[in-house]
Formats: sequence, structure tokens, C-alpha cells
Amino acid sequence: MEWEAVIGLEIHAQLATKSKIFSGASTAFGAEPNTQACAVDLALPGTLPAFNEEALRMAVKFGLAVDAEIGRKSVFDRKNYFYPDLPKGYQTSQLFHPIVGIGHIDITLEDGTTKRIGVTRAHLEEDAGKSLHDEFPGMTGIDLNRAGTPLLEIVSEPDMRSAEEAVAYVRKVHSLVTSLGICDGNMSEGSFRCDCNVSVRPKGQEEYGTRTETKNINSFRFIEKAIVGEIERQIDLIEDGGRVIQATRLYDADKNETRSMRSKEEANDYRYFPCPDLLPIVIDDDYIDAIRQTLPELPDARKARFIEEYKLSEYDAMVLSADHNMAAYFEVIAKTAKDAKLAANWVMGELSKLLNQHDIDITNSPVSAEQLGGLLMRIKDDTISGKIAKQVFEVMWSEGGSADEIIESKGLKQVTDSGAIEQIVDEVIANNTPQVEQYVNAEPDKRGKMIGFFMGQVMKASQGKANPGQVQGVLKQKLDALVN
Amino acid sequence: MFDKTLAELAAGLKTGQFSSVELTQAYLARIKAEDTKYNSFISVTDDLALEQAAAADSLIAAGDAGTFTGLPIAHKDIFCTQGVRTSCASKMLDNFISPYNATVVDKFNQAGAVTLGKTNMDEFAMGSSNESSFYGPCKNPWNTDCVPGGSSGGSAAAVSAQLTPAATGSDTGGSIRQPAALCGITGLKPTYGRVSRYGMIAFASSLDQGGPMTKTAEDAALMLNVMAGFDKRDSTSADRDVPDYTADLTKPLDGLRIGLPKEFFSGDINADIAAQTQAAIKEFEKLGATVKEVSLPNTALSIPAYYIIAPAEASSNLSRFDGVRYGYRCEDPVDLEDLYKRSRGEGFGPEVKRRILVGAYALSEGFYDAYYNKAQQIRRLIRDDFTKVLSEVDVIMGPTTPHPAFKIGEKSSDPVAMYMEDIFTLSLNLAGLPGMSIPCGTVDGLPTGLQIIGDYFAEQKLLNVAHQFQLATDWHKQSPQGI
Repeated sequence: MEWEAVIGLEIHAQLATKSKIFSGASTAFGAEPNTQACAVDLALPGTLPAFNEEALRMAVKFGLAVDAEIGRKSVFDRKNYFYPDLPKGYQTSQLFHPIVGIGHIDITLEDGTTKRIGVTRAHLEEDAGKSLHDEFPGMTGIDLNRAGTPLLEIVSEPDMRSAEEAVAYVRKVHSLVTSLGICDGNMSEGSFRCDCNVSVRPKGQEEYGTRTETKNINSFRFIEKAIVGEIERQIDLIEDGGRVIQATRLYDADKNETRSMRSKEEANDYRYFPCPDLLPIVIDDDYIDAIRQTLPELPDARKARFIEEYKLSEYDAMVLSADHNMAAYFEVIAKTAKDAKLAANWVMGELSKLLNQHDIDITNSPVSAEQLGGLLMRIKDDTISGKIAKQVFEVMWSEGGSADEIIESKGLKQVTDSGAIEQIVDEVIANNTPQVEQYVNAEPDKRGKMIGFFMGQVMKASQGKANPGQVQGVLKQKLDALVN
Repeated sequence: MFDKTLAELAAGLKTGQFSSVELTQAYLARIKAEDTKYNSFISVTDDLALEQAAAADSLIAAGDAGTFTGLPIAHKDIFCTQGVRTSCASKMLDNFISPYNATVVDKFNQAGAVTLGKTNMDEFAMGSSNESSFYGPCKNPWNTDCVPGGSSGGSAAAVSAQLTPAATGSDTGGSIRQPAALCGITGLKPTYGRVSRYGMIAFASSLDQGGPMTKTAEDAALMLNVMAGFDKRDSTSADRDVPDYTADLTKPLDGLRIGLPKEFFSGDINADIAAQTQAAIKEFEKLGATVKEVSLPNTALSIPAYYIIAPAEASSNLSRFDGVRYGYRCEDPVDLEDLYKRSRGEGFGPEVKRRILVGAYALSEGFYDAYYNKAQQIRRLIRDDFTKVLSEVDVIMGPTTPHPAFKIGEKSSDPVAMYMEDIFTLSLNLAGLPGMSIPCGTVDGLPTGLQIIGDYFAEQKLLNVAHQFQLATDWHKQSPQGI
């Protein structure tokens, strides 16, 4: 039987506010446990929440970016459950009246086709603290630094049909929230994490199968693996005569499998009700319009501009526009080097290769856009060849320094002195008599290809520093002189 | 000296009749000597009080004193006080030393007030008799076999027994007005949002409101001048100017329109109380007021609506008391569930548990619409009733309670009978309106209260009406026998 997967995603994006959603405590990551938890975060008796409006502005920005309805009146609700890292015994969230209503996001798949994914809603809520199970044998430590960090929970429609589509959607949301400056997008620190709802059904069947929810996956690769694995698990289960049980599952990256956390029967009754400590958030068109004015360029618009302004291919423009940090990096280089194609090739080629190898985000790249731009300028003005440039780049990556400093100190400046080049060419012709004879005796239309051998010899003799364009010209001239 | 009002004491401090330290020492000594009879204080803060009094005396000597500088008061033990146990009369918080001050406490400290101590109350403010306190019942100074009312029973008894000239209270369904009536003092529940709730341990967030408990309306105005105001830490506090609440006290009542809801004078109500209330109304007519009968047809629904909404909010508000970060934790929990179950099972008393259970049930899936949403609809009806009547009259009057103080233990086995005692007070909290109770007579040696209800933020009007009554009568000057 042919199966079809149905996937819906819930993404939790930590909003990049300086202080928490309902208190003045800092949201900075990585502080000593419990040093960024104030009386409100600790839920001391008598404390009350005070809403941080910056979180509202950020949520509205997202809503506008996905062309969604913005809730003119949104309301915070309490989701009641007991857990040690949830100090109040309830999470303040928005169930009945979210700030962002129905919207949509267009994703581009690898074959170039686009697909529209529905956004059901996005709502504001507070994060919980962290339970530390390993540090204290036989006990659990509670770190409340994260408690009260603002989250935007972005819920999609079950519109995705493959892991590829799901990952494209997650990447697009990631691209949007980072471009909007409302989330730092740091997945390893948990600033951007994803719950995957997956079910399968026989292709052509209208009604959905029973779904499972795999929680808190924090890398694109794990999202893909977890979904692929869960789809296979469900299909195998059904084909073996079993049935899928609605459950919450955890993805184990080490074993690359999902396992059950709790079934629906064990699910909590959260006893949602409107939070009486917070007033409904009421906003008007003027408020929304003012935020609309502050929206930065979004990935789709940027992609179109890259094609228009830099004459990039569709593919290059898509890759470079998706991440706003990469886009900004690219634009600095393209403008410095005055060659967008060259800049695109380097960012997507050498730079991305090393960043991926070392698992470094472009914002932390050891080679700055200014450094790389300087390097490309030296290619453009023939100071060095593209090949030497790769050597310079590697030095830049590992030791730092500007292109000019490295070229100077390593003696990598391209030889463009025609006298020097002629001398090397003459030596190569003198030392390779058999090949010269072959060249002379060859059919004229075969000679073009044969010149490559001599090019290689000259570049080798010059340690790569000879200007390839000049070498080619001199070689052709001297060899053709021998033919006549 | 102990029969003096805040206003009189302030004058005495200013003219150097006595110092704040002398005043404070006198009150501390009196509490020590007398409170064994009433159990109105949970904690007496001698050191803090004397330190504050000395600081106040320096300010007075330097000529930098404000109206409140050096005046002793007590705080209901629901207000967080830094460095002092803040128990909410619960075993759950018996070990809780608050690391911060409630906004109300901060405001009194800044005004130069002296904190004598923390007063007894029903556990987490849940009760109408002060019998649910972990620290034992508080007793009514008019008859120590009787309850002082609740939940601010300790504050009411302490003012009545002249152990403090005034105290703070909180009112979720009548918790200032009912004990004020039963102990023969003046109590004001301001409009919801007039006084910050920050640091006032939450019972039912949409109903809770702090307010003054005093000997006179004038003192209540002085207290409210300190307490009222917007607080950015309480999103539900009202962002509007605070008038001088003493400014209108002396206005004559000519042409005052009083509405008497027929529902407040029917049903299970003590005949003497009804008569006392009518006599008080006559007094207002003498002062130039006109009276007409009005109707608040949904009054009877306020009890069921209140006993859904208040427990629902409480069930969530009290979730933070889980034995994890502060407060009571059971001995040797075997696992997390055991920690929760026993810490909460052992830390909360029966009335608190009853309300948490009722509230959790009302909010649970499948019942939410039938209970919580329905109660909210009733709440709107009740508010609309009041709005309609208050468009026709300036104030609404009636008895504060249907009966005078009852015997300790008399209603403790019948929660519903206890709940019925709040029939006249609950509806104001549901509507968010301000209300006062002032003494207007006695029944069998026990005081009775007249409730005055006004429009939103009409505290000035209420205080004016109450003050004029107190100028014309002396019910508020009567003290329990032997005091």
C-alpha cells in the first residue's frame, strides 16, 4: 500500500526581549543557576505579573510577516499543572484569544516548486525553568533562570506531507524570526525548538490517521531524522497489524529514534481559564500600522531583490536570502568586491564549507565579511589567482589577518611582470620538447586542449603565482610561433 | 489614649503631647497584656515598630513629618512584610519570612507609619469567622465566645479592642466589611483596582482588594490616602489620580439620594438588624437625604456565582504552594508526587482544601462552561443591576450582615450557612464596586453594621456620607465592655 504522511508543527521561538515576559529579570542565556530569577519568577506569595510590551510588538511583527490576522483583543490564560520547574503551578499562555490568528508561509522545495503552508495561530506564553536531573544524584535541581522567558508558539496546519517539506517550513520560520530580529534562532541553546505532530494514512484517504507528537527537537537535522523515523515506525506498525497510539514522544538523537513519553490517557486536564492578574491586550489599527512601518526586509522580498539587484540565479538568491545574517554578510562582500557572482560563490562555497565543517554560525565566523571582501578585491585586481585566494582564505580562517597582510607575509602576490612570465614560459617550452613537438604536429583544433598541459607546468613552476590569463596569452603566442 | 483616632493621635504627635516611641511602646505593652484574650495578632513586631517609631520621632523633630509619620498600625498577615513572617494564617507559610514588602506596606513605611505586627485572619482569607486560622480562632472583643467575623477578623478585633488605632484588611467577599460590622468598627473596601494587590497574597485575584479598618470614616480616609494609587507591578490597579480622601468629608448631605434594595431587607435577616438599619436611614433623612426603594434582582445569585469564581481562581493561585521553593514541605518525601500530595495535604487546612477542590472541579474539562462561564455571566448581570440602580441614586444602603456575631463553632460544621453570612457583601466584589461598613447599633450587646455602597471610584462620596453619620451619631464611639 502507498502511504502518505501528514505533518503539523508547533515551533517555540524565544523572543529576544531583554527582560522576561512578566518580570524585569534578564533573559540572557548561560548565567549561574537561579541568578536571573526575581521574586515574580520564583512565584513568591503575593507577586503579580506585569506584561512586557516588547513581547507584544515582536509577536505582532511575526503576525504581519506571515500575513496573519492580528488579534485586536488577545487574552492570557492559565494552563494549570504541577511541575517543579513551573513555579506558579500554571503556565501563562493564550488559548482562547491568541495574538496572531490564521496566516500562511510559502516554502520552496528542492525541485524549485513552492507550497503554501497554513499557520493556524501564534500565541505568547512564558517558558518554564529547567530541571537538572544529572548534577545531583538522587535529587533534581531546579534552575529558574529560563522561567518567564517569552515564547512565541507558532502552530502550523497539518499541511506538510514529507520530512523535506517540514524542514523547509522550519527553516522558513527560522529565517523569518531571525530576519525580524525577534528571535536569535539559536537552536542549540533552545531558543528555537520544534514539536512535530506526525500521522500516516493510505494515500487517497481523506481522514487523518492517529498522530503522535514528538517534542522539543532542536536541530534541523534532528527534525528531519525524527520525522522520517516516526513515519517509518508508524507504517511498519500498521503494516504489522498494530495501531498507532496517540502519545507524546521524545526524540533520542543518540539512538536516532523516538520513544513514548506519555499516552493520551495520562494527559493532564490543564483547567485553562483567563488569567485574572492580566488585563486583555487591546490594540488598534494605528498600533499595528506603526509596527508594520518598522518591519525589516523579509526573506522573500530579499530573494527577489538579490535576483534583480545582483543578477543572482534563483537558487543562489534563495540560499543567500534565507538567513538574514548570511544575506548581510553576502551583501558586504558583494559591495566590497563589486562582483556579486564571485561573492555568492565564495559565501556558498569556501566559507559555508568551513562553517559547516566546524559547526559555526555565520555570525561567529572567524573570517569577517570585511576580511573576505578584501580578499575578493585582490582576486578582482589580479593580485592573486582564485587558487591562491583559497590558500589565503585558509590562513585567514586559522590565523586571522587581512588579505593584503597574508599575501605580503607569505609572498603570494601574483606574478604579472610579463618579462618574468616569458622567462618561465621559455623554460617550460625548452624542458618539454616531446610535448612541444606533439603540439606543433597536432591538428589546429586540438591544440587548444593541449595548451592546458603547458599551463599546468608554468603555474607549477611559478608556485601558482603567475597570472593565469597572462600565462595563457604568452604560451599561445610562443607555441603558435613554433608552428609557423 | 487608646480610644484616640488616627487623626487625634497625629495631632498629639505633632504638638509633642507624646512621642511615636512612647505611643508605640504603650501599644506594644497593651497588646502583650490584652491580646491573650483575643488572639488578634499572629506576630508582634516589637523591634521593627520601635525602630520605625524612633525614625519617625527624628522626622517629627526635624519638622519633616507627614500626616502619617509615627502613627502605629497593624497589617493583616496577608500583606508581605520584608524580614517578617507572612503566614496568611496557614501552616503552609508558618516558616515564610517575606524577602519583600507588599506595595501597601511599602507605602505605609514611606509615609512613616509604625508596624505593630501582623493580624490574625482566616487561612488564606477563606472564611467569615477567623476560625480557619492555623494560629487558632480570634475572638470578638464584644463577647469572646463569639467570632469577630472574617477573614480580616484579627484586624477588626485588634482595632475594636484598642490594640491598634487602625489596621489594613483585605476583602474578597466581605472580609473587611463583615468583621468591621461584627466588631463595631469602620471598614472600607475600595473599588477593585484602587489599591495595589502586589504583595497581598492572592485568594481570588479578580475579587481581592485591600482597604482600611479604623475607628472612624475620617481615619479610613487618612489610610486610603496612603494606600490608594496605580502600581505598575499590579496590572489590574487603576491608572487614575488619587484625590485627597479627606477633602469632601465635611460636605453636607442635602439632596443625597439613597437607594434601599428590597432584597437586602428580606429573607433570613435578624429583625433587630433590619430595624437598626432603618433607624440609621432615618438619621440620613434628617441630614437631608432622600430615600427610595430599589431592586438588585440577582442578589441571590451572588453566592453561587461567587463560590464558583473565587474557588476557581484560588485553586490556581494556591498552586504555587507546592513545597518546592518555600513554605511547608512534608518530611522525607519518597518521590515528587508524594512531595506534592503530603506537603499540600498537611500544609493546608480543611476550608482551603475544600475551596481548591471546588475550584479545580469547576474549571475541569467538560464542566467549565456549565460552571465558570455561567458564573461569569451571572457576574455581568449583578454588575448591570448595580449600574442601573447607581444611575438613579448616589449610594445604596443596607445591613452589612444578616446576623450579628455568632458563637465560635456554631457554623463551622456547616460551610453553606457560613457562606450565607456574606450574602450582602459578596455582590460588590463581583461587581468591583466600593463599599463601607460603619457601626449603626447593637443587638444583644453585639454591634451591627450599616453597609454603604457607591459607584466605581466614589470612595470620597462614601467617606463623606459615613463621616456625616458619625458626626451626628456616636455608635462608632461605643466600645466593648471593659475597654
